[in-house]
Amino acid sequence: MNYPKVVKILETKKETLDIKTIKFEYSEDINPGQFFMIWIPNVDEIPMSVSYIGDKIKGITFKRIGDATNALFELKSGDKIGIRGPYGNGFEIHGKNILFVAGGTGIAMIAPSVEEAMKKDIKTTVLIGVKNKNELFFENRIKKYGAELLISTDDGSKGYKGVVSDLAEEIMTDNKFDQVLTCGPELMMKKLFEKSKNISFQASLERYMKCGFGICGQCCVGKGLRVCNEGPVFDGKTLEKIEDFGIFKRDASGKKVIF
Amino acid sequence: MDEDAGSMERIFNNGAGAIVTKSIGLKPRKGYPNPTVIELEHGILNAIGLPNPGIENFKDEIIKLKKINIPVIGSIFGTDSEEFVTLAEKMQNYGVDALELNMSCPHAKGYGLEIGCDPDLVKEITLNVKKSTNIPVFVKISPNLANIVEIAKSAEEGNADGIVAINTLKAMKIDIEMQMPVLSNKIGGYSGNAIKPIGIRCVYEISKNIDIPVIGVGGITTGIDAIEYFMAGASSVQVGSAIYQRGLDVFKKICDEIKIWMENHRYNNISDLVGVAHK
Ligand SMILES: Cc1cc2nc3c(=O)[nH]c(=O)nc-3n(C[C@H](O)[C@H](O)[C@H](O)COP(=O)(O)OP(=O)(O)OC[C@H]3O[C@@H](n4cnc5c(N)ncnc54)[C@H](O)[C@@H]3O)c2cc1C
Ligand SMILES: Cc1cc2nc3c(=O)[nH]c(=O)nc-3n(C[C@H](O)[C@H](O)[C@H](O)COP(=O)(O)O)c2cc1C
Ligand code: FES
Repeated sequence: MNYPKVVKILETKKETLDIKTIKFEYSEDINPGQFFMIWIPNVDEIPMSVSYIGDKIKGITFKRIGDATNALFELKSGDKIGIRGPYGNGFEIHGKNILFVAGGTGIAMIAPSVEEAMKKDIKTTVLIGVKNKNELFFENRIKKYGAELLISTDDGSKGYKGVVSDLAEEIMTDNKFDQVLTCGPELMMKKLFEKSKNISFQASLERYMKCGFGICGQCCVGKGLRVCNEGPVFDGKTLEKIEDFGIFKRDASGKKVIF
Repeated sequence: MDEDAGSMERIFNNGAGAIVTKSIGLKPRKGYPNPTVIELEHGILNAIGLPNPGIENFKDEIIKLKKINIPVIGSIFGTDSEEFVTLAEKMQNYGVDALELNMSCPHAKGYGLEIGCDPDLVKEITLNVKKSTNIPVFVKISPNLANIVEIAKSAEEGNADGIVAINTLKAMKIDIEMQMPVLSNKIGGYSGNAIKPIGIRCVYEISKNIDIPVIGVGGITTGIDAIEYFMAGASSVQVGSAIYQRGLDVFKKICDEIKIWMENHRYNNISDLVGVAHK
């Protein structure tokens, strides 16, 4: 039911100065790429991708950027939060050679899918783009799965200097990928989409969410596609028809906000 | 699912005869912080707090819909006559086919129910909106009232073309682990299956006492539910929460179910069913 289950935080881990992972017991089955609605009492309820998928233990990994994420950041093990979900679809993983492209905290959503691809013995390359090396997390986790990992930083403090979509373009000219799967800032994903040309493409979108289960209409894109329900992952064919993609999102009032 | 043109077009393509917009006010409004919508055993509890992009920003959405000839009923909310009139005129200019005056939202301070409980105010606002527009005007009223018939009569005296009943019921859910209400606004409006008997009763009482048409809403999930509303006196119906239980094509499904019931019971026109329970 779409009602928050109250759980105790089991473990918190600081990934970087501003990024934390929180783990808790929640026994639902999850597809990699799905998300929860996280209730932080007296503050807010916000969507968060599932970053760890254990049988019993699940995790989220987030960056502090405002009221809710700051409050979440301050919580300690033993504190209570409410969890609803999982919601949304997640990536459809197929083919023999996959490219994942993560921008910023997008790697939180992508990591479980990388694990899934490796389990299926798919050749997997992961690109993570961050502003500078201090914002990088999950580097060791991705390496441990055995995927090929390349880093880009805007300031060149680690790996490729520049934006991750440019790195992706270089990688794509040297390799033949069956799929490009991405999560990150929408303008990056839009550029990547243009560069991926004929390669099968899926991107995970973020929109303001209230219900998470397809009834309030807050998160709609294109012709009434509910990001919480038919998304957050959309394939290239669908993205082509979503006029909003890379152009605008809507704030909590429904007003358009240009990217 | 009725805040942007794309969504409304999709719902229309799934069998709805017309679309009622999200209630629109003068200025953009973010609504309440989350949690704003949760599911309970028998229905949905929400206190979204009338979020809307404001009437100016809503222009494009209506114009897009009217370009493809989708019938739209513009729902509006305000604090007084003047606000309602401004909104009504704008909506009419954008091209909506009818207006719905939201005098029944149970969880927004200064709006909705706080206006809709005052018979004189309901009449005054309806009269003024009618004077300044020339499209049908429906007044949506609340079940959270002891004087629901009186309010419906005031709307009729204000020359309303129809009554929409009902909006959600005031309700609360307390989470016993957190020991606090779940919704950030604490009190919300209950919708879905659980409220159908209340909607039926309201439509029955209202339609017995007024001569203008009643539009039934509240917990309609199947064609059978719609038939029950027709018998209670509704001449058409609206569907909201059932989108969640039965998917977006709930509109097609309900229309088909109504047709099948009517064929089985040898009815040709819905109008033959309207209010039969009053006899
Ligand atoms: C499907 C989905 C998965 C996400 N997964 C992650 C994740 O794994 N890690 C992570 O760090 N972030 C994730 N986010 C983003 C995260 O939800 C926002 O960072 C968070 O809501 C910010 O809240 P705040 O109160 O701290 O910031 P605020 O200052 O309130 O808001 C900052 C920005 O966050 C966004 N935001 C705020 N509330 C919501 C809401 N209810 N729904 C959607 N966006 C909102 C808005 O764009 C807003 O402009 C995800 C978002 C979505 C839609
Ligand atoms: C998430 C949600 C948002 C709603 N928003 C509005 C609104 O903006 N204006 C309005 O008049 N009614 C609004 N309603 C009330 C519905 O229009 C309807 O009156 C009520 O939900 C009962 O019908 P149902 O059981 O078919 O949902 C909303 C209901 C829900 C669940
Ligand atoms: S968040 Fe309510 S429909 Fe998607």
